[in-house]
Amino acid sequence: MTRTTAITVSTKRPLGVALLLTLLLALFLGVFTASPAHAVECVPDAATGCVQGVIKTGAGDPAAGIKLTLKGDGESQSVETDAEGRWAFAITAAGTYSVSVEKSSLPEGQFFKSADTREVEAQLNSQASALFPLTDNEAEASGGETSTTGKGEAASSSSADSFSWPRFWQQFVSGIRMGLLISLASLGLSLIFGTTGLSNFAHGEMVTLGGLLAALFMGLTGNLWIAGLLAVVASAAFGWAQDKVLWKPLRKRRLSLMQLMIVSIGLSITMQYLFQFFWGSGVIRIDKSTPATWTFFGVTLTVQSYIAMGISLLAIIGVGLGLMYTRFGRATRAISDNPALARASGIDVDRVINIVWIIGAGLAGLAGVFLGLVFNGLNWFTGGQLLLMFFAAVTLGGLGTAFGAFIGSMLIGMMVELTNIWLPGDLKYATALLLLILILLVRPQGIFGRKERIG
Amino acid sequence: MNFWFELLQNILQIAISPTTAAFVLAAIGLNVHFGFTGLMNMGQAGFMLVGAYGFGVSVSYFGLGFWAAIAVAVGAAVVFAIILGIPTLKLRGDYLAIVTIAAAEVIRMVVKLAVLQDITGGPSGIPGNKYRPVFTELSPLPDGKTTILGITYANTGVDDWWTRIVAWGLVALFLLITWLLIRSPWGRVLKGIREDEDAVRSLGKSSYAYKLQALILGGIMGAFGGVVMALPAAMQPDSMGRPMTFNLWMIVLLGGAATIFGPLLGSILFFVVRLLLTSLAGEFIPSSLLNTQQTEQLAWVLIGLALILLVVFRPQGVLGNKKELSFNV
Repeated sequence: MTRTTAITVSTKRPLGVALLLTLLLALFLGVFTASPAHAVECVPDAATGCVQGVIKTGAGDPAAGIKLTLKGDGESQSVETDAEGRWAFAITAAGTYSVSVEKSSLPEGQFFKSADTREVEAQLNSQASALFPLTDNEAEASGGETSTTGKGEAASSSSADSFSWPRFWQQFVSGIRMGLLISLASLGLSLIFGTTGLSNFAHGEMVTLGGLLAALFMGLTGNLWIAGLLAVVASAAFGWAQDKVLWKPLRKRRLSLMQLMIVSIGLSITMQYLFQFFWGSGVIRIDKSTPATWTFFGVTLTVQSYIAMGISLLAIIGVGLGLMYTRFGRATRAISDNPALARASGIDVDRVINIVWIIGAGLAGLAGVFLGLVFNGLNWFTGGQLLLMFFAAVTLGGLGTAFGAFIGSMLIGMMVELTNIWLPGDLKYATALLLLILILLVRPQGIFGRKERIG
Repeated sequence: MNFWFELLQNILQIAISPTTAAFVLAAIGLNVHFGFTGLMNMGQAGFMLVGAYGFGVSVSYFGLGFWAAIAVAVGAAVVFAIILGIPTLKLRGDYLAIVTIAAAEVIRMVVKLAVLQDITGGPSGIPGNKYRPVFTELSPLPDGKTTILGITYANTGVDDWWTRIVAWGLVALFLLITWLLIRSPWGRVLKGIREDEDAVRSLGKSSYAYKLQALILGGIMGAFGGVVMALPAAMQPDSMGRPMTFNLWMIVLLGGAATIFGPLLGSILFFVVRLLLTSLAGEFIPSSLLNTQQTEQLAWVLIGLALILLVVFRPQGVLGNKKELSFNV
């Protein structure tokens, strides 16, 4: 165990952190066009009444970005559900209102369990609610006819319904999709961990950044392919800058890994709230059009999902082959193995680490773009929520091995989507984390990790 | 002038609020983990949650009395610490970090389950009036209100002097306990583990057992923090999530890890500075430029930056001694 000796190497070091911040700010301020914070809030008072509710998917997850329209009293309003699936209308006159959900804005594979339009009796200074239970089982779905009851029938949104093979197959393919998206991010996390030893808690925010930038470029260019490409390039550039102005100077200062980890936590908090500051806390959709779906061997997914899966697989294979057969890949693996020896044998360690950061951030950005497309929008916390999934994947496969990270991600992705069949949707991330804890109990080095003394 | 007077009063109010005390309690626990033993516990919020729900559920659902409920809260924290500690304390530090953060999230997701609505209240939590009465009925204070230094609270009620007295009494007690323990032979072994675990092991001490004991002790303190946090308000699963843990780290590092009074000073500084930032911005920056929500968000951005700068430039915090601090892996 080495004691940390944080000697100040030169007095210029404070510049590094300051530079990064300026850069971060400039990046946001430079390209950003103001958008109003999307707050789903309604507080009833003497002159206001609220009509509100929460929409959850059949699996029990909040359904974000669903469009609702309220009609009545000669007026019409529309809102979208926020990240927690909440929606609310503020009304200024008591009366009967009809709330309807736009069917095309439902997430893919979701159907109305009972009705898509409800009549609600709303009073001033009080809250009225309407339920729109969804299901992911098409057989249960109703045609979406109007219901006039508007009260009661709190259909439970638990997904622990019945098991059926078609449903298993659908979830299985969704699991592959989830696994591929997770592996994009966890590959980068694993490479960075392997070469620098850093457990990067800000990796989730690099994912979010990719998605948000894609939405921004989509607004500017209008072409999804260009927007996605630009977002990935910008993410990669951010990775390069992050290493140059933050991580490399800190490595030179000989900060211990624990200090670096806390720095990454600070960076993650900073970025999360910068996202909120600039993009608001609502759901940002990259592609606002209604996604087309495609049924393939009995599995219904959006066309974008299939494309995302294809590109992810290609990117993962590309990185894998690069690690196996190129000079750079060999250098990366050498550094993972033994940094001091790698340096002694003439490898430019800092340059390799810098490229690893570029690739890692680019992959994370790509994952963010796909997450935003596949799940019909993302918000400031999308990456943060998945961060522990990335860690679970990387630890499961074996810290620092790229192939292990891929297998770990696929397992975690499967786990997340398949447990959905039997357990309530609220638990889908919890099971993956429990798996992580159990793996550490039995085989702390992960599936593919080398057995070494880690105590 | 009125603004400054109000600001001063607000600062005083926040400095003695039970929430601040709750953060101090949990931070003392985290300091036992990280400052004295060198354990990277990234799930202190999980301990708070376990404590708070252990207390709240035993009162509201099982109808236990105050002392029995406190015993349940402590017991839950001990069990949680043992479950976390057994697999991870033999591993490298970052494994403990990942496992504790994961376990804290699992606990939070489980209490949020809609299926457990009747027991834990699901996502909306347990309202305070379901468990508070067992605490307020213990109050020896007379009815009515008391004003001290221009701050008025009910003697016994929802947000009252009684909660404040108990909360800060607990803080004093835990500070005393840490002080006594750390200068005992037991505390010296803990510091030894932090400095060089192999050396401690070579002296025939079971570093594993000592680390587990430290984890349990700090966890119990975290559980009390959770109970105190929930007493004046309601119990909400999401208020004790990852941001809470990160705030506690910020507090410990700000005040000074491995010092007795670090968590106390860190907590008060953390809350007062945040209050100053938001109220000064609210007063002097026109709301067309920055609204309240945005000011709050910028305050968080500053907290993140402060954490980075603190760890890089002054890892020992305000009170700490650089030699005492180790960020071993």
